[in-house]
Amino acid sequence: MHALYLAWQYLVFHRLRTLTLIACVTLIAALPLSLEVLLDESERQLLSRAQSTPLLLGAKGSALDLVMNALYFDDEVPELVSMRAVDELWDSGLADPVPLYVRFSARGFPIAGTTLDYFDFRGLELAEGRQVALLGEAVVGATVAEELGLGPGDTLLSSPQTVFDLAGVYPLKMNIVGVFERSFTPDDLAVFVDIKTAWVIEGIGHGHQDVSQVTDNTLIMQRDETGVVASPKLFQYNEITPDNIDSFHFHGDTGAYPVTAVIAIPHDVRAGTILRGRYLESEGLQQIIVPEKVIDGLLQNIFRIKNVLDAVIVIVGAATLLALLLVFALSLRLRQRELQTIYKLGCSRATTAYLLGAEILIIGAVAGVLCLAAVFAVEAQGSDIVRALFIN
Amino acid sequence: MLSINALEFGYPDSDFRLAIDSLDVTAGEKLAVIGPSGSGKTTLLNLVSGIISPDRGEIRVNDTQIEGLSDAARRDFRINHIGFVFQDFELIDYLDVFDNIIHPYRISRALQLTAAVRERARELAARADIGDKLKRHAGELSQGEKQRVAICRALLPGPKLVFADEATGNLDPPNKGRILDLLFDSVDAHEATLLAVTHDHELLPRFDRVIDFLDFRGEGGG
Repeated sequence: MHALYLAWQYLVFHRLRTLTLIACVTLIAALPLSLEVLLDESERQLLSRAQSTPLLLGAKGSALDLVMNALYFDDEVPELVSMRAVDELWDSGLADPVPLYVRFSARGFPIAGTTLDYFDFRGLELAEGRQVALLGEAVVGATVAEELGLGPGDTLLSSPQTVFDLAGVYPLKMNIVGVFERSFTPDDLAVFVDIKTAWVIEGIGHGHQDVSQVTDNTLIMQRDETGVVASPKLFQYNEITPDNIDSFHFHGDTGAYPVTAVIAIPHDVRAGTILRGRYLESEGLQQIIVPEKVIDGLLQNIFRIKNVLDAVIVIVGAATLLALLLVFALSLRLRQRELQTIYKLGCSRATTAYLLGAEILIIGAVAGVLCLAAVFAVEAQGSDIVRALFIN
Repeated sequence: MLSINALEFGYPDSDFRLAIDSLDVTAGEKLAVIGPSGSGKTTLLNLVSGIISPDRGEIRVNDTQIEGLSDAARRDFRINHIGFVFQDFELIDYLDVFDNIIHPYRISRALQLTAAVRERARELAARADIGDKLKRHAGELSQGEKQRVAICRALLPGPKLVFADEATGNLDPPNKGRILDLLFDSVDAHEATLLAVTHDHELLPRFDRVIDFLDFRGEGGG
């Protein structure tokens, strides 16, 4: 106990040196451990999501972009495919298609336009409220609800894509009708709407005053027997309410409407294999991929980087340990006079060793506690850190 | 109290030799040891305290023959029976005054730090006029105060032999007298024997006896 007391007094008296030593030891111990925790978490998050998604249909191009957008709602939007691809998948009789349109966001959270099949497929349960039933309604993930303080009855405005996109994406005030239970997946961080609502945000569908009924002639550019052309002054609704919902309509061919990806749920292994074969032609504009393989490739790259980092950490760790040894050796030299004095007074050989050992023990113990705290903190925030580092 | 017979000592790779045929110090005596630098005064203190061992001869403190003790026994003997007061005080900079005084109790299992010891340390400090400075660190004390702390540290275990190695060497003249007064009073109060190495010839009349080390140098001394 005396050795610990004296060591503590010494460390407190030389607090700057002590804090530096503790910081060095903590960092060198916490870095590889935290990295391990993060990689485990990234593997868990990425792989489990990929494994639960059998096949993914999208435009040819970066398979990784397609997977990251469709599975993790990454804001990097892949090349679009049309709803015709969804119809073709239905018609094939080999798989059930679940379309996704993940392009917009609301207050920093992605808006995922999809169908009710998605919620069954992902096993998402409602914590409160109900499922989306009407145009303009949204159900939010648990994290979105928690961070934005949203619940059924609240509204959420979609974010414009760019400040200068005056003619394009139109902010839509969505009505929150439900909140999903926490699933510890990217679904917790998404705002789910019916895919048609996503198309309204896109500007493909919209609602406005009935131009055949308006009396203000400045709202009309041209009127003849075949139709009416409205002027830009005509007000478009930015909120879908029971009063104006009937005025919402879509223009153009439904089959040409965009989707970012289609989750294909094959009826069986054979159907999945056949389906993959159909999309192997090099001339086709679409690809069908197995997300697990794409994520496996990504993880291989992450682990390759981790191996390099491990090597760097080992070298830095060895250098730090050498520096620490040097610091202790210099400290011993500086304390030579003190050690000589206590020897003359009659200090036992063992006590001298205890004194120096206690100093190392205290530094190690404090650094150990800080290291554990750091690793626990990383573990607690692992999900968010992984999203920030590897997914977004 | 202290008896030295036929003592011979030399440092390896040095032509320094110390030879003492006979030296006896009686209990309670205050002995001043003088001599030029390098004449072996400090070496004598180190030999008696068992820090170094003689080549030949016998050193006896009361009933203990020092040169026959093991290293561990010599350390225990030192902390139990000898109080050291050094020229440079040798206080521990990271400890406050109180912890410096009780330091011998923290560095050896031969001494037990009890509440009574702590109380005795406070009394000693009060008698040495540093009772109000117990929480100060060595760096916050004057030279005189530092030496008072060193004297308290030396006397706390109640040694019967006190070694003062140039204890007044770093003090100004007014402090020299006061520290010597304190040292003499404390030694008397503890009924201890004092062996003081000094260069201060004006202080010599205050000692019971003075020995000159030039008398003990062996052949080839330097």
